Amino acid sequence: MTTTATHNTLPVRSNAVRDSWNVLVRELRPVVRDPFSLIFSLLQPLVFLGLFGPLLIGGSDAPAGEVLQWFVPGILVMIALFGTGVTGSNLLMEMQTGSHERTLVAPIARPALLIGRALKEMAPIMVQAGVIALATIPFGFSVNPLGMLLGLVLIAIFGMGFGALSYTLALVSRSRDWMFWAVQQATIFPLMILSGMLLPLEDGPRWMQVAAAFNPISYVVAAERALFAGELSSPDVLWGFLAAAVLAAIGLAVGIRSIKRSD
Amino acid sequence: MTNETIITARGLTKKFTVKRERVDAVTGLDLDVQRGELVAFLGPNGAGKSTSLRMLTTLLPPTSGTACVAGYDVRREPNEVRRRIGYIGQGNSAGHYQRVRDELLSQGAFYGMGRAQTRRRADELLESLDLAPLAKRGVLSLSGGQKRRLDIALGLLHSPELLFLDEPSTGLDPQSRENLWQHILDLRRTHGTTIFVTTHYLDEADRFAERVMVMDHGRLIADDTASGLKTTLAGDVITLGFDSAGDAAAARPIAATVTGASVSVNGQQLEITLDHGDRVLPRLLRELDTADTAAATAGLRQPTLDDVFLALTGRSLRDDSGASETAAGKAAQEESALKEEVSA
Repeated sequence: MTTTATHNTLPVRSNAVRDSWNVLVRELRPVVRDPFSLIFSLLQPLVFLGLFGPLLIGGSDAPAGEVLQWFVPGILVMIALFGTGVTGSNLLMEMQTGSHERTLVAPIARPALLIGRALKEMAPIMVQAGVIALATIPFGFSVNPLGMLLGLVLIAIFGMGFGALSYTLALVSRSRDWMFWAVQQATIFPLMILSGMLLPLEDGPRWMQVAAAFNPISYVVAAERALFAGELSSPDVLWGFLAAAVLAAIGLAVGIRSIKRSD
Repeated sequence: MTNETIITARGLTKKFTVKRERVDAVTGLDLDVQRGELVAFLGPNGAGKSTSLRMLTTLLPPTSGTACVAGYDVRREPNEVRRRIGYIGQGNSAGHYQRVRDELLSQGAFYGMGRAQTRRRADELLESLDLAPLAKRGVLSLSGGQKRRLDIALGLLHSPELLFLDEPSTGLDPQSRENLWQHILDLRRTHGTTIFVTTHYLDEADRFAERVMVMDHGRLIADDTASGLKTTLAGDVITLGFDSAGDAAAARPIAATVTGASVSVNGQQLEITLDHGDRVLPRLLRELDTADTAAATAGLRQPTLDDVFLALTGRSLRDDSGASETAAGKAAQEESALKEEVSA
């Protein structure tokens, strides 16, 4: 009779919100312990901005401010695309050791494993977006504060969906980890180029414009440009949110299904 | 309390399809484990031990059959089962980029423990598992033995009433193995935790478990205490050496009369398989002396679980676990079978 006295009487039911928060906190611990990794991750977008931006400005007749107004929102979406696209690779590593298994055997709501991780990728992206926006203001980039806030929300929804898809890809390719990278690399670059985030597609061939119309990221990029420019009532904004929401719904649905199947 | 069943499985079965071939990983597993028992699941790699454990810990849905663990059905209420059990798998549980103490804090949150309670419990475990000086170290910098101790700490953090360990000592040096078992036994003594462990180390099952279940080809083929298994299935072997083959032949009928067992002659040697050989041997030697057919050498070998396994299956367990390369290959095969199944 004395034996059970030391056992916990564990309270509270499984709760997806609380569990997502716990997963997020766990994922953020190494970032907080070693903030240098966060600083380092700022490098990639700044390289694009510093090395690609001048080429765009030089190749265009428009003033620098106007080019940045077009270019910076695209770069922010790019950060989210690449940042959340690797969510799955972190999971792959955790699956090779036993730490993913440990989370599966814990009483954590299954969707929380996915949502917590996707949110973790968003946290540094928010910091990066802020830094980039601030760094470009001296060069003529103008920010509508409300538009930027909405823009970050939009990026968060988009990143959640794309992160969930990356997570799903990792679960599916768990026994062949090369497949994760093959598929990831094969999709991420076409998605990036066909969204018009680095170079405008208006001057491209017709087929590229058609392909871009089927790429949800095109709508997100267009919406970000409208939001940062303060055109909050532009239909582009609505389409962007719609595209991101659909992507997030699909990503979460597929991801949760694959976690449940891999139990 | 003593007769309360904490694990019940009936007809638990798992089939995988690997490259269109059906693999019967576990077939019709029936078992009952009482609260407070220390049970070892013994068998060669690929016997179905891990698959059974994964079904009992909600990691793998059974193809058919039922299992009730810590009072809840593994299929219907997996979360209730998860709350109450601890699981230490074959891999390392801590994330590579995490710090030792951080992982313990996250684990407490996952199990719904309060922050103060988690901190207290984490520090207590760090201390008792000799991990306290490493609390702030990154997991990647730990040695194999240290990582394993951290796995144990993570598995114990929420003070589970039932702890599953899947080959906990694989890959550890003898000292770390000894140390690990000391912790497991301590836990049981102080908290009455029920422990269910799989192993292919015979000596571990022999020394530590009160109850040994032997598994082979996905089926449970024996379930008894280690000494019970040895007495019923293997028996002791007395080997007597003589100066000549003639002496051996002359001694044979005397040995048969004294022991009441069958005696085989092998040149100058006699071999007798019997129960309680240690009690029979002194008398046998005296009788042989009296009959003027004194033995030149005498040996007694008591059975090991390997002999038990040999008696049960006609194969030696060591053939399998001895060659670590093939063992690893089979483990990988089993593992990839699991993966195939989940991705199918």
